[in-house]
Amino acid sequence: MNLLPGSLPQSYLNYTGHQLLALGKLARGLGAFSLITLGVTLSKWRTSAHVIHPLIREQIWRAGIRLMPIIAFMALALGFTIIGQTVSILNRYGAQNYAGTVMVIAVVRELGPLITALLVLARVGTTTVIELGQMRASGQVEALEALGIDPIHYLVVPRVIGLSISIFSLTVYLILIALFSGYVFAFLQDVPLKPGQYTTQLALALRWEDFVILALKTLFFGATIAVVTCYEGLAKPLRQQEVAQATTRAVVYSLMLCVLWDALFILYLLV
Amino acid sequence: MTQDPTNQIGDPIIELTGATVAAHQNGDPPVLENVDWTVRSKEFWIVGGLPNSGKSDLLTTSAGLTRLISGSLRLFGSDASNIEGDALSHYRSRIGLVFGDGGRIFEHLTVLENVALPWCYHHNCTVNEALPQVAQILEATGLEFLAGRNAGRLSGSWRQRASLARALVLRPEVLLLDNPLTGLDPRQSTWCLQFLKDLAHGHRLYGGKPLALVVATDDFRPWLQPGRKFGLLKEKHWIPLSDSPELFLAKEPLLEDLISKIA
Repeated sequence: MNLLPGSLPQSYLNYTGHQLLALGKLARGLGAFSLITLGVTLSKWRTSAHVIHPLIREQIWRAGIRLMPIIAFMALALGFTIIGQTVSILNRYGAQNYAGTVMVIAVVRELGPLITALLVLARVGTTTVIELGQMRASGQVEALEALGIDPIHYLVVPRVIGLSISIFSLTVYLILIALFSGYVFAFLQDVPLKPGQYTTQLALALRWEDFVILALKTLFFGATIAVVTCYEGLAKPLRQQEVAQATTRAVVYSLMLCVLWDALFILYLLV
Repeated sequence: MTQDPTNQIGDPIIELTGATVAAHQNGDPPVLENVDWTVRSKEFWIVGGLPNSGKSDLLTTSAGLTRLISGSLRLFGSDASNIEGDALSHYRSRIGLVFGDGGRIFEHLTVLENVALPWCYHHNCTVNEALPQVAQILEATGLEFLAGRNAGRLSGSWRQRASLARALVLRPEVLLLDNPLTGLDPRQSTWCLQFLKDLAHGHRLYGGKPLALVVATDDFRPWLQPGRKFGLLKEKHWIPLSDSPELFLAKEPLLEDLISKIA
């Protein structure tokens, strides 16, 4: 190994180059996998509906309904710790008229979708990689192919649709609870803000774009988490001992892509 | 030696010509070269070879799961070397493949759901609607009492049998089995041998019509029966053997290893 100081820039360049190439390869793989999934979703929407649609419902149960208690807990925590305090501070400076605007920016546009996506990623995304990784490592995916069953149609499409619907629904659920609990916390702190004023502020602060962007953002988050976790579990032949590494990679990539989507939506709003 | 009535020339089902067979793990060198092999309807093939000689790869290639490096693959008389998508899926559903070592059963499903899945997927129906077809298979394979059991909790022998039942539910025209006796206890082995023999001669599941079978094995002993066809994989090559076990045992020196078990 060459330890001369002069060789360091070269090694840094090599390292950076390798990382960039790996990133490019990952982007290409994920892009191709996403397009294949989209193609299969559209072309086989009516194919084997009696098998696939129950799987979509199962995913909505796993990634949506079953997570309602923990989402409610997070929404209450969000309402009490962040929103309640913000309203209280605004009141201290006589700015309680901006409470609705702050709520919409903080909860509806930013924290609601992101927190929901992160919770679903932690609870369901990781399980998906492990399940699919083990299916791939044990040859069950090949067994599906041998039976003439398209693994993308059977394993990926229900997860993409199920997670997208779940994250959208859970985000709306979280936002409603957070806004309500935030007001309750402010009320308990004797902030002079009547329920009617609070809801009027919220209504005035909300624009139609907020609803569209909320829907788009949450659907994108769901599809991204599903595609990345399925890609890491399925796309490459795995050995049993590689499943844990694939899970870690899937969580990191999903997180990065969700934050990236979020940033793009913020840019759109600012511009 | 008397000729078995099932051993008549039938239509070609799988045809490999000049085929170079890839290893399942991408990047590995080819496992078989220049394979010329035809499986016809009603034939019962026994493919022998030492472990890692490419038996499983030959089966997955014949089932259209692994692409050839070179040469051609024809399935049911049509070129299948370069097809993909739904057309390939259609061919795959006409070929039953039973993997070795537990049969790669879907562990998250019950035995009933495992067997019903291919039927439901290809006929767009619910498990309840598929029950008449599935019940027939479960009854024929003696799996009725395990129908509601989670497949992940079965022993290897029963998993293998459930995998066989799953492969049969679509009534394939040829059944490929990868080391079907590995890990089976004597009772299960006897059942399996008899069941495959019945399928080859015409099981009631097929209305008495003989089914083409290919068995890959590293132990010829249980399969030495008249009327069957034998082939050997040796040093990346496919060697068709005489239909008569006595003749090929005498002629092929490599078989010493396999045949030391056989003799």
